Amino acid sequence: MAGPGGDMQWCFSQVKGAIDDDVAEADIISTVEFNHTGELLATGDKGGRVVIFQQEIENKSQPQFRSEYNVYSTFQSHEPEFDYLKSLEIEEKINKIRWLPQKNAAQFLLSTNDKTIKLWKISERDKRPEGYNLKEEDGRYKDPNTITSLRVPVLIPMDLMVEASPRRVFANAHTYHINSISVNSDNETYLSADDLRINLWHLEITDRSFNIVDIKPANMEELTEVITAAEFHPHQCNTFVYSSSKGTIRLCDMRASALCDKHSKLFEEPEDPSNRSFFSEIISSISDVKFSHNGRYMMTRDYLSVKIWDLNMENRPVETYQVHEYLRSKLCSLYENDCIFDKFECCWNGNDSVVMTGSYNNFFRMFDRGQRRDVTLEASRENSKPLQVLKPRKVCAGGKRKKDEISVDSLDFNKKILHTAWHPQDNIIAVATTNNLYIFQDKVN
Amino acid sequence: MSGDNEETQTTEETTMDDKETQDKVISPEKAEEAKLKAKYPNIGNKPGGSDLLRKRLTKGQKYFDSGDYNMAKAKIKNKQLPTAAPEKTEITGDHIPTPQDLPQRKPSLVASKLAG
Repeated sequence: MAGPGGDMQWCFSQVKGAIDDDVAEADIISTVEFNHTGELLATGDKGGRVVIFQQEIENKSQPQFRSEYNVYSTFQSHEPEFDYLKSLEIEEKINKIRWLPQKNAAQFLLSTNDKTIKLWKISERDKRPEGYNLKEEDGRYKDPNTITSLRVPVLIPMDLMVEASPRRVFANAHTYHINSISVNSDNETYLSADDLRINLWHLEITDRSFNIVDIKPANMEELTEVITAAEFHPHQCNTFVYSSSKGTIRLCDMRASALCDKHSKLFEEPEDPSNRSFFSEIISSISDVKFSHNGRYMMTRDYLSVKIWDLNMENRPVETYQVHEYLRSKLCSLYENDCIFDKFECCWNGNDSVVMTGSYNNFFRMFDRGQRRDVTLEASRENSKPLQVLKPRKVCAGGKRKKDEISVDSLDFNKKILHTAWHPQDNIIAVATTNNLYIFQDKVN
Repeated sequence: MSGDNEETQTTEETTMDDKETQDKVISPEKAEEAKLKAKYPNIGNKPGGSDLLRKRLTKGQKYFDSGDYNMAKAKIKNKQLPTAAPEKTEITGDHIPTPQDLPQRKPSLVASKLAG
């Protein structure tokens, strides 16, 4: 069957990470993000480390090979901490990475764990000075009496060195666990959201931030919902959205008031009360919200589906795509093994025509909005021969299982694809399994 | 509402296709709910309410104090090593340790395998 997006055919390109099945906890990938040009691809893991890959310059002699991503820089972003006041451990796991648009030769990104956001500068050094007057080449200072002439030091080429340095640390502003960060289109401010509050920061100022949303009830017994994700509008610097564990999305306008507790728009799909069950609220909890690149739509991911909302229509989504509806009859066991609380992310392609999200068994799904077609693909070592075309997969929900189909009971729920990213312009996708990063490309040209 | 009827009928259910009951169709979700309630009869009357949310807000293992935390970390690190024979004459410190004195757990400096 033809793939979505006008016969897009996805091919294996690269896989990063260890092959062995024994996965160290630190190696679990926790976030994946392309930068604004797609030249750089960053990953964060549970061990607090960031690895950045760079797309190499295209190989002109073999045009069917899109360029490969190779390691550009890697550094320890966050370290484990201990909150002495609460006797709680603060994980070093990187929850989110967001790139800043490039302004000069250096690259900047924000990375965050549960409590602290850091601004990292990644800069290249490919020249070094030589011929100092007062220093030897190895750095020892010369005896000034031995210097008889003056020379001008010159810059000579050296092997490329990529340095990452923390430029800002934004700490102590979140009582609860940070789930999102989002850079404003003004490129000066950004927001950080935890379970109950959203703060607005200036990238230059670390000693204070503005609280713009606070849903903490006076009496914690009355707590009914938490913030699950937040994002700034891609063009309107005054607008942001945040999603909740009850399946609602609130759009807020920072021009309306300093504290945006009162939303400008509330997006919620009415629920049929006769269908309500113990699981209804849990599976309606939104795990991710993403604006489309054109800023007219937003996409939300809940446990079983992906929904596209038109920002001008609050009462229901304009499109709903079932990711793995066959799991509805497995909710009891998915609750018992905690899988029902898995937080899947979702992403748009560059021109907002296709959306992608992950599932179990290392499957991921793509939905072509225009062509009304969807496909299930698998990220696995078995399908990782160079340029091997990915075969669509099919899950058999019940009844007779056809050849090549996999039954729901055979799915491996430990192999979850929570994090995926799509190159901002090209058809290149990055898919993270538990500890491996797969890069797939569209077999085009 | 035939809520009670659902409890007695769900044991008959096998596959998702077989949704027929005596007089109404049970959604797969409600069937799963009945399964859960059968296993855990005391499951919260406020599903997805305060209990679940509270658990989410306080995720992260709580330790009694920083000493407890460091002991736990040391135990994990030394899990593989054989336990040493207890010293007959134990040497104790000469002052009460403060948080600054406690050895900080250094994260492993092993590089990510993605960069390998």
